[in-house]
Amino acid sequence: MTYSDSRTRILRGLTIAAAVLFVIGLYLALFWVGPERQQGAAQRIFYVHLGSFLGSFIAFGATVAAGIAYLRTRDPRWDTFGLANVEIGLGMAAITIVTGMAWARPIWNTWWTWEPRLTSVAIMWLAYAAYLMLRSGIEDPERRQRFAAVYGIIAFASVLFTIIIIRVRPDTIHPVVAGPTQADPTGSFEVTGRIRDTLFFNLFTFAVITVVLVWHRIRLENLIQHVMRRKLEVLSEL
Amino acid sequence: MSANPEPTTHPVSAAEGAAARPAAQTARKRRPLTPFWRAVGAVAWKDLRAEIRSRELINSMVLFTFMTVMVFSLALELDKEARQTTVAGVLWVTIVFAGLIGLSRSLAAEKDRGSLDALLLAPVDRSALFFGKMLSNLLFVLVIALVLLALLTVLFNVTLLKPLLIVVVVLGTIGFTTAGTLLSSMSVHARAREAMLPIILMPVVLPVLISAVRASTAILEGLPRDDWFPWIQLLVVADVIFLAAGYGLFDYVVEE
Amino acid sequence: MPAPDRTIEVRALTKTFGLNPVLRGLDLDVPRGEFLTLLGPNGSGKTTLLRILGALARPTSGTVRIGGWELPGEAEFVRAQLGVVSHLPLLYDTLTAEENLLFFARMYNVPREMRRDRVETVLRRVGLARRARDVVATYSRGMQQRLAIARAILHDPAVLLLDEPYTGLDQDAAALLDELLREVAIGGRTVIMTTHDLRRGHALADRIAILSRGKIAFDAPCREVDPDALPALYADTTGAATTR
Repeated sequence: MTYSDSRTRILRGLTIAAAVLFVIGLYLALFWVGPERQQGAAQRIFYVHLGSFLGSFIAFGATVAAGIAYLRTRDPRWDTFGLANVEIGLGMAAITIVTGMAWARPIWNTWWTWEPRLTSVAIMWLAYAAYLMLRSGIEDPERRQRFAAVYGIIAFASVLFTIIIIRVRPDTIHPVVAGPTQADPTGSFEVTGRIRDTLFFNLFTFAVITVVLVWHRIRLENLIQHVMRRKLEVLSEL
Repeated sequence: MSANPEPTTHPVSAAEGAAARPAAQTARKRRPLTPFWRAVGAVAWKDLRAEIRSRELINSMVLFTFMTVMVFSLALELDKEARQTTVAGVLWVTIVFAGLIGLSRSLAAEKDRGSLDALLLAPVDRSALFFGKMLSNLLFVLVIALVLLALLTVLFNVTLLKPLLIVVVVLGTIGFTTAGTLLSSMSVHARAREAMLPIILMPVVLPVLISAVRASTAILEGLPRDDWFPWIQLLVVADVIFLAAGYGLFDYVVEE
Repeated sequence: MPAPDRTIEVRALTKTFGLNPVLRGLDLDVPRGEFLTLLGPNGSGKTTLLRILGALARPTSGTVRIGGWELPGEAEFVRAQLGVVSHLPLLYDTLTAEENLLFFARMYNVPREMRRDRVETVLRRVGLARRARDVVATYSRGMQQRLAIARAILHDPAVLLLDEPYTGLDQDAAALLDELLREVAIGGRTVIMTTHDLRRGHALADRIAILSRGKIAFDAPCREVDPDALPALYADTTGAATTR
């Protein structure tokens, strides 16, 4: 199991860059940008909240691309790519949900409320958890890859739902930062000046972090499969 | 090998053992393929025919529906007003769980008997098989939904047989059975397949379910158009997405 | 350009399930009108080969041509020329024989005005005309297998694929099936049959091939093979391969 040196160097560089970006992003969010007028310090968590959502969105989008590419080429590498993206996307979405809850406690005075935006993100999370369940339930590897590709495409409907739902239900209490809304959400604020700069920096940071994590996850999966193959070889030689 | 097939069509002849078939034709003989919608109709018709004879699915689905409604009425012990607001939820939860029974059986039966292979061997576009199965599943679930509408009207004393509500029921069941037919064709290959279908189907159809419940509630409460129309739009969008997904992806699910 | 008399042409066919190669570079030619018996132990790839020929499974690599049409790209045209009998009857229990056949006649695009005639003809051929209106669930295993053959020849296919058609049949039913297979095989039809019954496979076929570890390990016309020597030959061919 060897990779070319140049690729390993790029990955190492990216990993360090992601770590540095993350620290800078946190510094910007926690110290550089001033406290928001009404929400005070609680608003600072928003940069991680939206950043991780962007990360999950990128990862789940890449899963769709991986699914289509797998069905066309039947190349197992696309399956590995899809799996890595789902797992990282699930992690990112979990961060979104947890940070959201931490924010909602002081602002909405509750950890969780059954409100369209929250419900739809929870559904999205379940859909990709089901992706992993489906994988573990299919024994034949070729069929597992094929079904995972198909399900990875269909599950994206739940991502679309999180975006469409606030257009259908403008009475959400969840703040809508991007795009116009007629709603009167609780905990909204203006994205201008330093807030905007901090936001964009953190969005970029989380995009890079997602790519780096997916890359590492792919290498891990390749290693797992390599070990499994070696095991089979050794066993068949006995 | 030329890219263009020989134009000679060779209709299925009753003449057994056409030994005089010219060699050139054997090399690349074209038989007219079965038209898409004829295959769809044939598959759906076959399922209906079998179901009318055995009544296996419908019976268990109807019985399940009765029991679920019974449990709901006992568990919720609702007054008149509460019934008005919860009846849509009861309606859709029952449709979904009764539907799950039908969906998991319909393809499992084909697979276990090997008749799924027989379908796949036919010279038809595989998505025609998908739409055929989906159509028969849709009919079964719609029958259940109708029974349920009548049942809830009587037991909950809420008038459910409204044209608008029926539109919502049809749109919701289309989305549910389309996604269900596609995903049950995958879950039949899984270990513990009865548990697998709800796990992979529910998150995908929850948006449909939520939209359908919200639209139904708004219609039953007599709210203005703005309160239910967006949900119906969302239902239509979901139906179109699932139909397209089934059309495009079923082939990949069934081919090894 | 393939020679026109080769109905089935398989080149360097491989099929891998996960890490497990089932077919490893298989070549096979079957001329038009030939009856080929395919022997081989369980797991040698017989069923996989037939599933690929029937366009139910996709080859990992290699080319397959049937009647000039290529797999998997032109699968629908290939399927239109195939009749398949498997060890499962591939029928619907709750429908009658007639309903089953009418359904498959529609699926195989038999023109509407010919469907009933055609169904009657094949039912008579397999000797089930009198039971046509009975539900398939009431049929014996042998009758179901005869009906499966009726289903397979319904659209007058140029190629028949028979995957262990004798599974689960008693002596009488097997003898009936012998007769029926001999009958449907004549008239220019190309047949590939897999079986574990060496003697029966030899008696029916024009040519015998033995599949072992995903390759054709033996291939000869039946008249060159002494049926009494076949079991020893079979053990040699397959046994030699398993011990490497």
